[in-house]
Amino acid sequence: MKMQNPREVYGRTLVELGRENPDVVVLEADLGKSTMTCYFEEAFPERFFEMGIGEANMTSFAAGLSLAGKIPYTNSFAVFAAGRSFDQIRQGICIPKLNVKIVGSSAGLSDYGDGSSHQTVEDVAIMRAIPNLTVLVPADAGETRRMTRAIAAYHGPVYMRITRNDLPDVTTEDAPFEIGKPGLIRDGKDVVVFAMGQMVSESLRAAESLETRGVSLRVVNVSTLKPVDEAALKVFARGMKGIVTAEEHSLIGGLASVITFAFRGCGIPIQCVGIEDQFGQSAQNYQQLQEAYGLTAEHIAFCAMETNVGKTVTTAEV
Amino acid sequence: MVHQTRDIKELERIATLIRLRIVQMVGVGQRGHLGGSCSAADIVTALYFAKMHHDPTDPNWPDRDRFLLSKGHSALAQYAALAEWSYFPKEESKKVKTLGAMLQGHPDRLKTPGIEANTGSLGQGISIACGMAAGLKIDGRRSRVYCILGDGEVAEGQVWEASHAASIYKLDNLVAILDNNGLMATAPIAKRYNTAPYPEKWRAFGWHVLEIDGHDMAAILEALDSVDQIRGKPKLIVAHTIKGAGISFAENRPEFHNGILNAEQYAQACRELGADPAAAMEG
Repeated sequence: MKMQNPREVYGRTLVELGRENPDVVVLEADLGKSTMTCYFEEAFPERFFEMGIGEANMTSFAAGLSLAGKIPYTNSFAVFAAGRSFDQIRQGICIPKLNVKIVGSSAGLSDYGDGSSHQTVEDVAIMRAIPNLTVLVPADAGETRRMTRAIAAYHGPVYMRITRNDLPDVTTEDAPFEIGKPGLIRDGKDVVVFAMGQMVSESLRAAESLETRGVSLRVVNVSTLKPVDEAALKVFARGMKGIVTAEEHSLIGGLASVITFAFRGCGIPIQCVGIEDQFGQSAQNYQQLQEAYGLTAEHIAFCAMETNVGKTVTTAEV
Repeated sequence: MVHQTRDIKELERIATLIRLRIVQMVGVGQRGHLGGSCSAADIVTALYFAKMHHDPTDPNWPDRDRFLLSKGHSALAQYAALAEWSYFPKEESKKVKTLGAMLQGHPDRLKTPGIEANTGSLGQGISIACGMAAGLKIDGRRSRVYCILGDGEVAEGQVWEASHAASIYKLDNLVAILDNNGLMATAPIAKRYNTAPYPEKWRAFGWHVLEIDGHDMAAILEALDSVDQIRGKPKLIVAHTIKGAGISFAENRPEFHNGILNAEQYAQACRELGADPAAAMEG
């Protein structure tokens, strides 16, 4: 599969949007060469706001810009975009449903060298808890592009989480991104894996490895973490014996919460792959962290085998 | 029907009416932000009844001047002004802070016509005002953004992040007014957590700064007019005010930051503001 960098594609897509819509403005907190807003700055300096290392002010400033009719995208590492600006997002943006796009970059453990202070295991959880906020996690660069464009067309507050890593292309251009809709990545007969972000490609690897062992995995990309379309999720679980969730995020408040809640009362076995209630740490590369935290295809495959014992769930039950 | 005026006596009469409305909204036996609403009452009056371009029949008129209460807890002062201008029916004032009410404890733009932004988590309103001013500049609009800050609020670091940004982006369409009543919620600022001196700090941040008596209507108007001439930098008017101004027993008293009026105090406040208490209670 072709590898691409989502933040690179994000940066290029902002320029496309800037060209198409004079109301698109971009705010940055001194990380423009990491978040890749540097391309927008170069193309549209008059609509680019360097806000210094002041995420709180950047976020509220963006609220003001949206009140003046602009479509602001705020940018920082996810840990700061969501964490340091939580109250600004909550109070000034989400209560009044302002049209601000908050983009958290270098999310999850992808900033492997910088350790727990710069990694984020809880951003999706805290963002999901805020009413009115749409929460999105693209699975690859192509989806990042489609998502970046879709949220410009959607009027309301959005949090989008982008990894620092290159990712294999798992989605296709002909699968249009629609807020709320989970997407089928690979069909299978036995167990469905609902995966988020980076873990979609890991789930595909798990599916390939299990194929030879006679277990067929269906892989579904859940790139909208809120609002949740429970009915759409349930369609993908029909005929399955078990469910696995896979996310590069805390098991509290992210995809595991979405799926276990959506399937409450269904009686279908569910296993969850994600980060136990703990922080990240420094490592020499991303793979070391994946292995240390169990965010691997092997772990997904193991969990799939565990759930592959359930009875087939009928349409009526889910 | 109210109208814009430059008559100082008339503006003073309106300011007294605004204070009466604040007292009426606080009512008897319920908590209300009396102190900070009254300290800002003259400034709010000068802005809504003399200075700002606004249209109650079209609250979203693109060329209006914007007013943000960064010290959102003083919303009663703004509600009183909006009600006089009929942004919403006067009956709404009687339902303030009740379940389902249009008038919330802090400004909510989705619920209340005429409210520009959701403020109340201190330090954020001034940042929002900056972003708004920057957005208006991109579009070449001549609207001004007025933002009232509290002096207790100045302890919030975000105020200073915003003050940097306003200066760096040369937001000369932004006028901040510091309601310098000298009291934080619990005590005098100078004794408990002294964030002064204000003019020196804001000048160091690159702002044009004026100091006035925030209860002198002529001085408020003169300051608001004079800063219009300043180009290339944001402006701050440090308004020296008295918390609870206009209600003798509440003046300079921290307990009326968000205090409760008993029936006797309510009656006295009404009388001091030239109203019959029984009639005031009826609205």
